[in-house]
Amino acid sequence: MTDIQFWTTIFIVTSFAVYIYIAWRSRVKETAGFYVAGQGIPTVANGAAVAADWMSAASFISMAGLIAFLGYDGAIYLMGWTGGYVLLALLLAPYLRKWGKFTVPEFVGDRYNELVRTIAAGAAILISFTYVVGQMRGGGIVFSRFLNLPVEGGVAVAAAIIFTYAVLGGMKGITWTQVAQYTVLIVAYLIPAFAIAQTITGFPIPQISFGSVLAELNALSIEFGLDSYTEPFTARPQIDVFLVTMSLMIGTAGLPHVIIRFYTTKSVRGARYSAFWALLFISLLYSTAPAVGAFAKFNILDGVGGTAVAELPQWVDSWEATGLVIVNPDVETIESISNNPADEADLTVDNDILVLANPEIAGLPAPVVGLVAAGGMAAAMSTAAGLLLVISSSASHDFYFRRIKKGHASESEKLLVGRLAMAGAVVIAVIGGINPPAFVAQVVAFAFGLGAASFFPTLVLGIFWKRCNAKGAAAGMSAGLVFTATYMIWSLYISPGSTVFDISPEGIGTIGALVNFAVAIIVSKSTEPPPEDLMELVENMRYPAVTRRDVRPARPTKDQAPHTELGGA
Amino acid sequence: MCRTWEITVSESRQPEAPEDDWRVQYWKRNLRLMVGLLVVWFAVSFGAGILFVEQLNEIVIADFPLGFWFAQQGAIYTFVVLILIYALRMDRLDEEFGVDERDAEGNRL
Repeated sequence: MTDIQFWTTIFIVTSFAVYIYIAWRSRVKETAGFYVAGQGIPTVANGAAVAADWMSAASFISMAGLIAFLGYDGAIYLMGWTGGYVLLALLLAPYLRKWGKFTVPEFVGDRYNELVRTIAAGAAILISFTYVVGQMRGGGIVFSRFLNLPVEGGVAVAAAIIFTYAVLGGMKGITWTQVAQYTVLIVAYLIPAFAIAQTITGFPIPQISFGSVLAELNALSIEFGLDSYTEPFTARPQIDVFLVTMSLMIGTAGLPHVIIRFYTTKSVRGARYSAFWALLFISLLYSTAPAVGAFAKFNILDGVGGTAVAELPQWVDSWEATGLVIVNPDVETIESISNNPADEADLTVDNDILVLANPEIAGLPAPVVGLVAAGGMAAAMSTAAGLLLVISSSASHDFYFRRIKKGHASESEKLLVGRLAMAGAVVIAVIGGINPPAFVAQVVAFAFGLGAASFFPTLVLGIFWKRCNAKGAAAGMSAGLVFTATYMIWSLYISPGSTVFDISPEGIGTIGALVNFAVAIIVSKSTEPPPEDLMELVENMRYPAVTRRDVRPARPTKDQAPHTELGGA
Repeated sequence: MCRTWEITVSESRQPEAPEDDWRVQYWKRNLRLMVGLLVVWFAVSFGAGILFVEQLNEIVIADFPLGFWFAQQGAIYTFVVLILIYALRMDRLDEEFGVDERDAEGNRL
């Protein structure tokens, strides 16, 4: 066992022991059920839990590597996965919290009807499946490197652990476990980043110091046949950058496993502050990632480029075993570097390994490498477990219980269906994780496109437009989903590489959302309005308090009752 | 400090009744704040970070081309600040209109 394997095992085993211990401890206190509002979890902790739920293997493992190879164009992920929180905080979270149901399908079921609920449950399952595939791949890469397995074996090990973890039950709901996971993943991300910034630039804060390598990075990139680092629109045309960013943002705002977290806050006000804390915690990682990407690329180009194959650093050798780093056997000196095997460059480095390999590349000690591996696992675990729970609750509660059995099914039956759905999800995710349709972050981007096209418009219209009715919502959601999925399948499988107006499959969700909006509005307008009492319920969603307090300055007439009822919610 | 009194439920509500004024007022002010913040959200990310990135990259501050900085750093910081402003301003608005959530002792939830 090498030093690195030793430390990796220590960190992964220790961190898992901590998660399980916390889960077990808090479980005793939270037997009343973790969805009950007002459970006394501080807003800050809820924010950290959202951040852990949210930041997946894609954010932790994949993103900085993608940015390293995309340069400026990597901003699609940086802005796309943070900007969505503004939409979530301003347009959705406080209102959904006031409505008081626990899941997205439940909200649309109440606001519209059972048909819309079923479509939403189907969309939730589809999106979560797509997303889980990315997590398996990410977890698989960690195990593959540190257990010296081929990537397929790594995916199988990761899947087994994630499945056990999710089936152990309800862990996802236990906020404190996720606070611990957030702590592990952010420490694991920041320590190497600060160390590398200090080594390369002499100033430890990566957000500030990575500017100083940009000019040299641009020059080195061009020297090795790559695009200038800060030059915009080298990987994607401008229109596509715009659409992908938008699609990721509105997809973020509609993701079922993130929205579910805002129901656990004490109040509507708590939901707003939770969104703030969540994004603050997320931004710690997201503002560091572009620096990590730039430094990693600088290290590779500066350290490996122009080197004789026989004299390549140790990390190239250790990562070659995973098949994710490939040295062209026919060359003697590395003169070109790429992230795409099809380029047949002298050295091919898979995006997904950069964050994990970064401490090794920068020559940091073995414990740091182990810590990063544990951070990567924490990110993959917390998200995958949350997603599996969405899949199982949608399948068992929204489909099986409400749709097939029409409300007549025993608890044990529901539980069995939920577990079967989870197991099915894991099997499909393993297959997908071994043969991913694209890089981890891109796989996840597809999930967002589907979310953008289905949930976001339906939720926004449901909250802000009382006139929107069930027929409109059902038609809009189906149209958006079918349109987006069809384009993705067409562009990826049926006619690989073809696009319309340069719109990539990751960006089509934006158009899908517009289709959803348009169809929902037209159909709602041409059918009868929703019933009066439902409109009153929607009206009540707007005001945080259940009863209004007497406020004299705003109420000039003295002879009225001191309170106005806002209606029963 | 105002306290919450228990009140009787009034089932009938005239859509044009004067007590509805505050509803309209509250909602208008909420929407105005929301739209203002969303304009900034769009201007910083899609405007500075994508649509005008090439022009802004001509300006280099502290080694960062400005458009590149907005796309990879500035937009993220702005988003955090936008949500904080929204939460703080809505606290004030809720209180002004008496729709802030309080527990039995009158403490904010």
